[in-house]
Amino acid sequence: MKYILLMQFQVAGWEGGNLTNWKPEEIKANGDFLRSLNKDLADAGELVAVEGLGGPGQLKVVRAQANGTIAITDGPFPEAKEFLAGYWIVDVPSAERAYEIAGRLSAIPGPGGKPSNLPIEVQPIMRHCGDL
Amino acid sequence: MGESDPITLEALLRDLGPAVLGALMRRFGDFASAEDAVQEALLSAALQWRADGLPDHPRGWLIQVAVRRLTDQWRSDLARREREAVYFAENRVVEKAPVPMDRAGEAAQDDMLILLFMCCHPAIDSPSAIALTLRAVGGLTTAEIANAFLLPVATMAQRIGRAKQKIKDSAIPFVLPNEKEKAERLGSVLHVLYLIFNEGYASSVGPHLQRSDLAWEAIRLAREVHKLLPENCEVAGLLALMLLTDARRKARTGPEGELVSLADQDRSLWDQELIAEGLAIISAALTKGAVGPFQLQAAIAAVHDEAAQAADTDWPQILALYRLLKGMLDSPMVALNHAIAAAMVHGPVVGLDLVAKLDLPGCLAGHYRLDAVRAHFHEMANNDLLAKEHYLRAAARTSSAPERDYLHRRVSRLLIKREKPEGRSPKR
Repeated sequence: MKYILLMQFQVAGWEGGNLTNWKPEEIKANGDFLRSLNKDLADAGELVAVEGLGGPGQLKVVRAQANGTIAITDGPFPEAKEFLAGYWIVDVPSAERAYEIAGRLSAIPGPGGKPSNLPIEVQPIMRHCGDL
Repeated sequence: MGESDPITLEALLRDLGPAVLGALMRRFGDFASAEDAVQEALLSAALQWRADGLPDHPRGWLIQVAVRRLTDQWRSDLARREREAVYFAENRVVEKAPVPMDRAGEAAQDDMLILLFMCCHPAIDSPSAIALTLRAVGGLTTAEIANAFLLPVATMAQRIGRAKQKIKDSAIPFVLPNEKEKAERLGSVLHVLYLIFNEGYASSVGPHLQRSDLAWEAIRLAREVHKLLPENCEVAGLLALMLLTDARRKARTGPEGELVSLADQDRSLWDQELIAEGLAIISAALTKGAVGPFQLQAAIAAVHDEAAQAADTDWPQILALYRLLKGMLDSPMVALNHAIAAAMVHGPVVGLDLVAKLDLPGCLAGHYRLDAVRAHFHEMANNDLLAKEHYLRAAARTSSAPERDYLHRRVSRLLIKREKPEGRSPKR
């Protein structure tokens, strides 16, 4: 069963949370955490895909207009408090296992090396088959 | 030189694979390396034999090439790691037993069984056992297996690697389990074959076209095991269950790939040849006495397949079989199917009472299928509002897109049914 784990990041916290403001050891702890998590998932044969995304500075919102043109605006939706920082796709035997991975992911070390406790949105990926 | 028709060639290679691997295992023991070497030998054969025709002794040819690959691999390992002394001290490259490598007949047949017992060892988790079985016994490449499961090749390779590591760590020997262990270990083998079948059946549409068609592969392996253990009734039961289920393949999806429930299937599309074969196998097994869960499930599938129309289904017979199965398997899904059969015989109220007992945490509470079954019962009882509510709840909970669409269609059917009398015929 495949699940997607979406790592949400505070828009307001991005400036302060941005790695450029971090101490080298904080960056290392964060990177080590991700490498170790990804390796564990790969070793377990559970990792399908993982990507980190560009962040609010590179994020555009594209919308088709009534007149047939498209509008492109910078940054996340103005009303959005959070944006998508990265995602994991895992293939695991149960939802509980997906939640367990998300729980570990949520505690990724942030500034000061403290667990960030980021919200991780977990959703099953719909299968294109059925069992009737 | 002989036949080099691609389909015959492929079938031949896949039949020979386990025997060649068995020969290497008996001589060298190192499963992980032997398995890699055999895969490479099979690939070479596929290319070379297609071009040049079959060699005079295909099995001998494959063994020779595989041994060469294996020794090449060891040599490069040795050179790279400079561990020659360690290898020989550990006795790894020393011949295991003075057995001729190319044994035909009984020993070669045993190899396939031994390999299955190894790949499906209870110490190996199911996803890894499935992957390894398809590769080492089924002869599929890692890429084909990954493709069949819609996973990246690296993920599938990792699962195969894990399974091999487990075999090494647990020192699972290359021998048939003793009589005491045999029944339990065979249970794991049948379970893995059943999982492969289910994965394939649930995701397949239309006729068997691809070599990596998992349902067909599971049937092929079950046939082989049945040939090797013709007296085992559960093996026969599993094979019959697969055949009797797969017979409905063409009818279970509509033109857009949508699911068609058993009651609505066009039964003229059912494969009568597979049904006849499955019926013969299950009938023979059931007369032998030792009835097990796979035989009962096959018998249930047989009762469905024997009904020319859904209305002809012998539900009392199915109910009796589910009662027996429930006594053998403590599974909520069996209990749910039992409730369906009970509702078909005694009416939806009885069915609703039975499923209420399954609505418990740790059982089926929150499972979409419980809601879907409840919805059907309410529909049977003409309680359309409750039916609709449960269909929608099930649709919101399933993670299968075709199933969700099916459940939504049931809801729209209910709405149409209710509108019809007003729309079409004037009120009296």
